[in-house]
Amino acid sequence: MHERQPEIEVAAVPAVRGRAIVITSGKGGVGKTTTTANLGTALAMRGARVALVDADVGLRNLDIVLGLESRVKHHLLDVIEGGVTLDDALVPSKYTDSLMLLAAAQNREKDEVPTEAMTALIERLRERFDYVLVDCPAGIEHGFRNAVAGAQEAIVVCTPEVSAVRDVDRVIGLLGNRFKPQLIVNRLRPQLVKRGKMLSVEDVNAILRLPLLGVIADEPEIIITTNKGEPLALRRDDATGAAYHAMAAKIAGEDVEAPTVEMRESFFGRLGAFFGGKA
Amino acid sequence: MIEFFKRLFGPSDSGATAKQRLQLVLMTDHLALAPEMIDAMKRELVEVISRYVEVDRDKVEVDFERHDHALAMMANVPILGVARPSERAPEPAPAPAPTPAAETAAPLQQRKRRKKAQRAPA
Repeated sequence: MHERQPEIEVAAVPAVRGRAIVITSGKGGVGKTTTTANLGTALAMRGARVALVDADVGLRNLDIVLGLESRVKHHLLDVIEGGVTLDDALVPSKYTDSLMLLAAAQNREKDEVPTEAMTALIERLRERFDYVLVDCPAGIEHGFRNAVAGAQEAIVVCTPEVSAVRDVDRVIGLLGNRFKPQLIVNRLRPQLVKRGKMLSVEDVNAILRLPLLGVIADEPEIIITTNKGEPLALRRDDATGAAYHAMAAKIAGEDVEAPTVEMRESFFGRLGAFFGGKA
Repeated sequence: MIEFFKRLFGPSDSGATAKQRLQLVLMTDHLALAPEMIDAMKRELVEVISRYVEVDRDKVEVDFERHDHALAMMANVPILGVARPSERAPEPAPAPAPTPAAETAAPLQQRKRRKKAQRAPA
């Protein structure tokens, strides 16, 4: 447990601890990991020191999304069990200097991580980073409780689907009064919303009633960048990349609007409106 | 022709269906997660009805039934006896009639408040 501070950081040990934010959703596959990678990248590009913690022990994925899978040598449980120092386990991002990843163990199970040890680990990270983003596993069991235990803030990711909203509703209940979670509506398809075929952001938040951090469209670019292991937030010129930067600014306390998705109509949609009157 | 395009591109209601299903499933979820609330409601319900008629308290049943588009509370309250109108115990002061505006704005809250108002003088 006696660990040396890295030499580069000897100059200033911050008196103020960083913010530990858990990114959660209940349901799997809604984009928690992609969101964590992109928000972390955007925050780091603002100059903040950011640690990303993959709390999905047994199903490690954050390293893939960040393109760091070949560089991970040690993981979270190695640190918790004392075999490896934090410095050896933290993997620096390829793209952003101040972004570091602490990977999950792939060959272990969530139950093997004691909650107090997880909380203590997050505390140690808060001493060295401005932001500690914890990528929560799906589900509401031990892994969820571990991911939430050390965090002071929560961001919930929800897709505009009945099942996802239901699960987020449950997660909000489990988070309890300790958190006032912020909401990211992910994978919105504006054309479907416009045609009444998808729940709108307003529909989702009429139920969840959370402060909206932002809306991310269901864009092929997210899939493409994830394939490559290059978070889309690296590209500020991309609309979705810019949305992650706007959310990062909001998290950092800037008074900016929550990014939304433009409700532009497709050519065929406009054609339909032209023939059939304003829908 | 217009109808054809409307059907092809016009608004469909599957989003609305999703919204409705979501609202219903969440109501059911919230009820399932709050059994103590249902017990408390049952007790108060029996208490209110007992002021007017004699109720078989042990046989009161309160259930929630889910239909396709709505959630309904079904209460089965066996009544053992009803007093002759002249023998009826003096009733507690009637609750002040709610203003129609308040009634439509928040019917549920209004009802709860009225129940409390009736209990207070007893």
